[in-house]
Amino acid sequence: MSCAFSAVTMAQPNPLTTNRLSTYAIKLPPFLGSTRKLRPHSLSKSLPSPSKSLRSSTSSVSDVVKELKSNLLITKEEGLELYEDMILGRAFEDMCAQMYYRGKMFGFVHLYNGQEAVSTGFIKLLKKDDCVVSTYRDHVHALSKGVTARAVMSELFGKTTGCCRGQGGSMHMFDKEHNVLGGFAFIGEGIPVATGAAFTSLYKRNVLKEAGGNTVTLAFFGDGTCNNGQFYECLNMAALWKLPIVFVVENNLWAIGMSHLRATSDPEIWKKAPAFGMPGVHVDGMDVLKVREVAKESILRARRGEGPTLVECETYRFRGHSLADPDELRDPAEKAHYAKRDPIAAMKKYMIENKLVNESELKAIEKKIDEVVEDAVEFADESPLPPRSQLLGNVFADPKGFGIAPDGTYRCEDPKFTQGTAHV
Amino acid sequence: MAATIQGIGATAYSVNSDRFQLPSLRSFSESKGRFFALRSEGKVIGGSRGRNVSPLVTNAVAAKGESATASTSAKPGFNVLFLLRHEVLLFEALREGLDEEMMRDPSVCVMGEDVGHYGGSYKVTKGLAEKYGDLRVLDTPIAENSFTGMGIGAAMTGLRPVIEGMNMGFLLLAFNQISNNCGMLHYTSGGQFKIPVVIRGPGGVGRQLGAEHSQRLESYFQSIPGIQMVACSTPYNAKGLMKAAIRCENPVILFEHVLLYNLKERIPDEEYVLSLEEAEMVRPGEHVTILTYSRMRYHVMQAAKTLVNKGYDPEVIDIRSLKPFDLYTIGNSVKKTHRVLIVEECMRTGGIGASLTAAITENFHDYLDAPIVCLSSQDVPTPYAGTLEEWTVVQPAQIVTAVEQLCK
Repeated sequence: MSCAFSAVTMAQPNPLTTNRLSTYAIKLPPFLGSTRKLRPHSLSKSLPSPSKSLRSSTSSVSDVVKELKSNLLITKEEGLELYEDMILGRAFEDMCAQMYYRGKMFGFVHLYNGQEAVSTGFIKLLKKDDCVVSTYRDHVHALSKGVTARAVMSELFGKTTGCCRGQGGSMHMFDKEHNVLGGFAFIGEGIPVATGAAFTSLYKRNVLKEAGGNTVTLAFFGDGTCNNGQFYECLNMAALWKLPIVFVVENNLWAIGMSHLRATSDPEIWKKAPAFGMPGVHVDGMDVLKVREVAKESILRARRGEGPTLVECETYRFRGHSLADPDELRDPAEKAHYAKRDPIAAMKKYMIENKLVNESELKAIEKKIDEVVEDAVEFADESPLPPRSQLLGNVFADPKGFGIAPDGTYRCEDPKFTQGTAHV
Repeated sequence: MAATIQGIGATAYSVNSDRFQLPSLRSFSESKGRFFALRSEGKVIGGSRGRNVSPLVTNAVAAKGESATASTSAKPGFNVLFLLRHEVLLFEALREGLDEEMMRDPSVCVMGEDVGHYGGSYKVTKGLAEKYGDLRVLDTPIAENSFTGMGIGAAMTGLRPVIEGMNMGFLLLAFNQISNNCGMLHYTSGGQFKIPVVIRGPGGVGRQLGAEHSQRLESYFQSIPGIQMVACSTPYNAKGLMKAAIRCENPVILFEHVLLYNLKERIPDEEYVLSLEEAEMVRPGEHVTILTYSRMRYHVMQAAKTLVNKGYDPEVIDIRSLKPFDLYTIGNSVKKTHRVLIVEECMRTGGIGASLTAAITENFHDYLDAPIVCLSSQDVPTPYAGTLEEWTVVQPAQIVTAVEQLCK
């Protein structure tokens, strides 16, 4: 790919102070809509290749990143932070598997082993105000965003101390404080919600004129979702209104047992973005540093008000789709190929080779994380199960919504309501 | 803080709307609205957190000779304030409600197809885009599922969107978002995120609109836990319910009816908000309770005229709140008349009437002298032909016959 994705900005790694961005005053254009010009003769020629399209460009990031050989992409502190986050994700998911087989958690549990680079690479660049929307494979997204391991583990155990008070479960991780907007069981369902969160950011900046209203939303989803209508509808709306959102495709090539190549007419997902007038980028999702570079650029783009980006991360899940999946369809050679590209091993190698850290520091991190995860399990084990009184509590934000009982009082005033035994 | 009182004839948009909350009013109004006697029951209902039973009577014209109970903000001698009314059509009343709420709270926004520059397919949002801008009154592409989801995401992050379905039937495409996210997210997030959306749109059987544009979605949505459903039927309750729905912290689906948009009524100039959970007593009576909502209210009132001439005294209640049912008003009525007739436009199978029948039987079985009769639309896709369409929907003659049967 000859045309670089904002070549000028990509060539220089962004300074460390990216996290403290000043608010940009963005003026809304008088016409809230597409600014692409119609090209009347475009049909007679062959379809323009993405690299020639006027507004958007796509590229393969690996080429660009190779140019940065001379500069180290990260400092020691950043490296340790990234490494710790990935180790936390891996250790936590491994513990989940153990706990599941011991009967501590039930239902559908989808593990993220192998994909840690995507979560760490993107989410560690966000501020606390920024929003993350995920799918059912959301434990690690929540952890990277800052939700404590204790809260996530308790939620998985179904205890009342979980981040959603035990009411959500594995597939519905929500945290208001850290702006984790879920955790959705149906694929594609979270993308419109992410679009809405991005819309709020635009609205707050332009209508409510709130200072610091430059939050960015990240929407994570898989390759299977890219054949779903909601995906395309939201790409259209996000590009149309230049919403501050980044669409991150975690293409792990498999949707349960359906290979991406068997389900998709054009498997190159990043190429679909220019059709909507936004850049599409493909990145090696097993390399956290490459992901981080792309993430920096796309998040900056969104914060500046330039609109959405579609980032396709080529990644792989080492385990089956869920803990109930026997994972028989995937070729062992393919699994071995990606196992060699384990993001944690790659990061370790990079840091040691570039003399950023030594082995003992990494071992210390691994030990620390082991303790964190053990502590989380202990905490979850000891936490109480939700009592009956929790049953009716959160159905409505305003419990008057349960209506008026035959005796004229609101049902929520019935003393049995708070005990959870009222008939509503 | 005194409400601003402007000259007679001017529309007054008072800012302090909280004092004009009217949750406990039992009102009956004739359709012309010229004589509007209002009784507010002074007794305290409910526990310490009961409904706000303030003696404020702000939208009543006192019966002659009776002095109106003044709101504490009105200056003495200014009873004439309560005579200030203006005539509106139902869609204008909806627009007024929306406009007032958008002025009051900048986080209220509208999104839907053709709501902005076009002014809404039924002109409910006409003029709002010019007033508030393209971002607050957002013209969306034709992607119901996604823009409903977008509204939900916006609500989770602090806005209060009003999502319009150009026709309620189109919201079938948004069923995923309404059922899974709108209704459930407050619960699955353990109460962390609230979804204060209002989903509104015209539904119901119109004039030969064909099957797909004549759908009644209240029956499909009623099982979704976590949402409230209300149906407006007069300009007065349309404005009040719109405002209440926007202020409500729960997701509310507001059902409007295609054929009712041009109803005319004189509504108060002063600001008022109705209760989302209460039913409306349209006509008190003694012999039979007729429960209805939306357009069927007018068929029922038409039948009531005939019934009165024949010597019957029907009590007509517009249930307004489709989910949850106001079992207090309904129950009191059943205890008085012992006979119930439900008239609805929903399909026979699994409709609102079916749920209501079950609820009444469960709670008030001992008070019934006869089985509950439920008149609903036929389980038929609404035909295009005028004659066939007429026969799918309940007509006043059927209501008269049913009452006569019931009261034998």
